[in-house]
Amino acid sequence: MTGEFTILYFAWVRDRIGTGEERIAHPGAECTVGDLLDRLAAGSAGHAEAFADRGRLRAALDQDYVALSAPIGAARELAIFPPVTGG
Amino acid sequence: MMIRVSVQPQDFDPGAELAALERLGGGGIASFTGIVRADGGLTALHLDHYPAMTTAQLERVAAEAAARWPLMGLTVIHRFGTLAVGERIVFVGTVSKSRVPALEACAFLIDWLKVAAPFWKREMHGDGSGDWVEAQTSDDERAARWQ
Repeated sequence: MTGEFTILYFAWVRDRIGTGEERIAHPGAECTVGDLLDRLAAGSAGHAEAFADRGRLRAALDQDYVALSAPIGAARELAIFPPVTGG
Repeated sequence: MMIRVSVQPQDFDPGAELAALERLGGGGIASFTGIVRADGGLTALHLDHYPAMTTAQLERVAAEAAARWPLMGLTVIHRFGTLAVGERIVFVGTVSKSRVPALEACAFLIDWLKVAAPFWKREMHGDGSGDWVEAQTSDDERAARWQ
């Protein structure tokens, strides 16, 4: 995969990282959501803090919920957020 | 079958929504309206959401209700943004020939949208501070009862 990849953050994940959106080079189809979180956490204290407790994180690839073990595949947008609290 | 799903910042009129469901020719209408409670010094709730995903998720839950119960119509409205104590957050309305499908589908819709729709609540206090609300496992358990 080539091209841009967008990562969105919501709620306290966004607060801890300090931004709601970032763009990176596509990490490759084989890379899982969890692998990408490891890579981002290694490069920034804010990301490391936000991603410290993986049990509190949920993910969506191209607006569909996925497990953190899911490969990114051809998706273009990843969102990372806490369990939802609407209603 | 009428399905109306709306994600919006502005208030809605539950009376007008119920009247619209009444015009669909059913025999029973059920509804749920969620209101911001004044819990623990809270002055307002801020609702964050994932715009590209929220409506699609609500439509998915609505389609599931329509497939499981013989409904003539359903309405789901969820607000986002900053809502003061006493303001309406969410509305679910269902209409069917009789009470049981309407009541069950209404409960299913509110239980499922709580765990499926990408909204996050932040409790705002008078001093400007805010705390993100933690998800409740009891909400997951309630939603799982419908599987």
